[in-house]
Amino acid sequence: MAYKIVTSQCTICGACEFECPNGAISLKNDLYVINPKKCTECEGQFDVPQCAAVCPVPKTCIPA
Amino acid sequence: MGGQLIGLQTLAASGTETMRAALSAGGCSSSQCGSSDKPDSMSAEIWEKIKDHPCYSEEAHHYFARMHVAVAPACNIQCNYCNRKYDCANESRPGVVSEKLTPEQARRKVIAVANEVPQLSVLGIAGPGDACYDWKKTRETFSRIADEIPDIKLCLSTNGLALPDHVDEIATMNIDHVTITINMIDPQVGLEIYPWIFYKNRRWTGPDASKILHERQMLGLEMLTTRGILTKINSVMIPGVNDTHLAEVNRVVKEKGAFLHNIMPLISDPAHGTHYGLTGQRGPTHAELQALQAKLEDGTKLMRHCRQCRADAVGLLGEDRGQEFTLTQVPEVVSYDPSRRADYRALVSEMRGEHEAARRAVGETLADLETAPTCLVAVATKGGGRINQHFGHAKEFLVYEVSPHGVRFLSHRKTEQYCEGGWGDDASLDGVIAALNGVSAVLCGKIGDCPKESLAAAGIVATDEYALEWIEEGIGCWYKQISQSQQTRRSA
Ligand code: SF4
Ligand code: SF4
Ligand code: SF4
Ligand code: SF4
Repeated sequence: MAYKIVTSQCTICGACEFECPNGAISLKNDLYVINPKKCTECEGQFDVPQCAAVCPVPKTCIPA
Repeated sequence: MGGQLIGLQTLAASGTETMRAALSAGGCSSSQCGSSDKPDSMSAEIWEKIKDHPCYSEEAHHYFARMHVAVAPACNIQCNYCNRKYDCANESRPGVVSEKLTPEQARRKVIAVANEVPQLSVLGIAGPGDACYDWKKTRETFSRIADEIPDIKLCLSTNGLALPDHVDEIATMNIDHVTITINMIDPQVGLEIYPWIFYKNRRWTGPDASKILHERQMLGLEMLTTRGILTKINSVMIPGVNDTHLAEVNRVVKEKGAFLHNIMPLISDPAHGTHYGLTGQRGPTHAELQALQAKLEDGTKLMRHCRQCRADAVGLLGEDRGQEFTLTQVPEVVSYDPSRRADYRALVSEMRGEHEAARRAVGETLADLETAPTCLVAVATKGGGRINQHFGHAKEFLVYEVSPHGVRFLSHRKTEQYCEGGWGDDASLDGVIAALNGVSAVLCGKIGDCPKESLAAAGIVATDEYALEWIEEGIGCWYKQISQSQQTRRSA
């Protein structure tokens, strides 16, 4: 159970990084990646996964 | 470039004497008075705040430069005129990508620029992204730089959604200028502009999105007004969507204390990949934009001298020296040297007195012409308030309206540069002629015979006879001359 970022579409804006309640998203080699060990899909914290809700590019933060 | 046309660029490597020479056009300056006259209708306190801000004062934009740093790339809304692969289209030109910096990199860059460009007076954060949403980065950048350059003016631009959360800090940090982009006050209109916003941990769409955004914008504006922070409103004019609605926006933002209202044209191009670009929504024509600006003139003061510029632009007027200051060109360790900026400021306050006196004098002499028709005149300038740019180097012209009532700045007109290093080809000269549609004369620092003839064939007088004069003075002289010669012709 985790989300992932489709890096080819990501604009590297960083919005998902600071919205993620679990610090699961970070910049690695200039690309944003989700650490599946930390990602909870926002279960129990928010109604919707925060990264997907804030991301400006459709279908970029998606279930892994 | 002609030898006598000393550009302000040369200030970079020079001392006060060269600065003086450049600003006073080679002559010695006879500085009639040291202080510059503020417009009569403005309080001294406000004039003090805006007099060195090129985006807030038409006069300052001849002398002072602003720079932007792109430190806050995240955004909390989506505008239909924005493709987020590029810069925030609200303050920048759409379709360009700016160098993204960390706050520390931004500090180094700003200090490097301040050491090289004495005209620098304002540091703006205007995207890509929203400066208030990515607030931590914005705050850190401003505070690092204000620590080292205490007299730099801080300016930020926002869509307003996160603004109310930070107004108190904005006030304590001495951020004097805030721009909010407000395109509508009616959620039904907003439907066509904003597909979604991200607020309180969820995405909102439809009329809810625009309603929340609108309420937050109004709240932010009121909070800023209460704290005495000068707020500029930018509106993007989108024909068929909000063009007629903007009069209402103007009325409301004025009521709520906005200091300036700036109408910007939608720039829409399929190549930018924006919703509007892809769906064929067109931007307004020059004429439509000017008609709307004229209609709103009695509302809150309208800013005509603003252009959308690159978010990492560095410079004065149409010039952009951003490419000279990319991160790789900035040294690892920089320390701020305040002397050149201080010298430049002292000099400008002297020059401004002269400039203002010249303006007033021109106004008085034109009044005699009574019946002369109103004309548009384009000027090529690289700053300092003078006619001092080579026709072929002008990336844009400043268009003024002249009539017996005086000389008044109207707008900027961008051209595709006619002369890229060598002598331009006719195709691009056609572009310049098209950009000068409706203009009677072009006054510039220098112009060759060929372009002069082509312009004459298009009915535009081009001359370098007024080179190095104050802009208003040059226009006034030209106008007097043609009006008088027309009168003699008529009476003969
Ligand atoms: S789904 Fe939630 S927890 Fe997982 S990366 Fe996205 S924001 Fe973080
Ligand atoms: S919000 Fe989307 S575009 Fe922005 S960094 Fe995250 S994945 Fe990339
Ligand atoms: S506020 Fe700026 S960055 Fe955000 S979507 Fe609109 S134009 Fe783009
Ligand atoms: S943020 Fe806007 S008003 Fe401020 S300096 Fe930049 S362009 Fe000018």
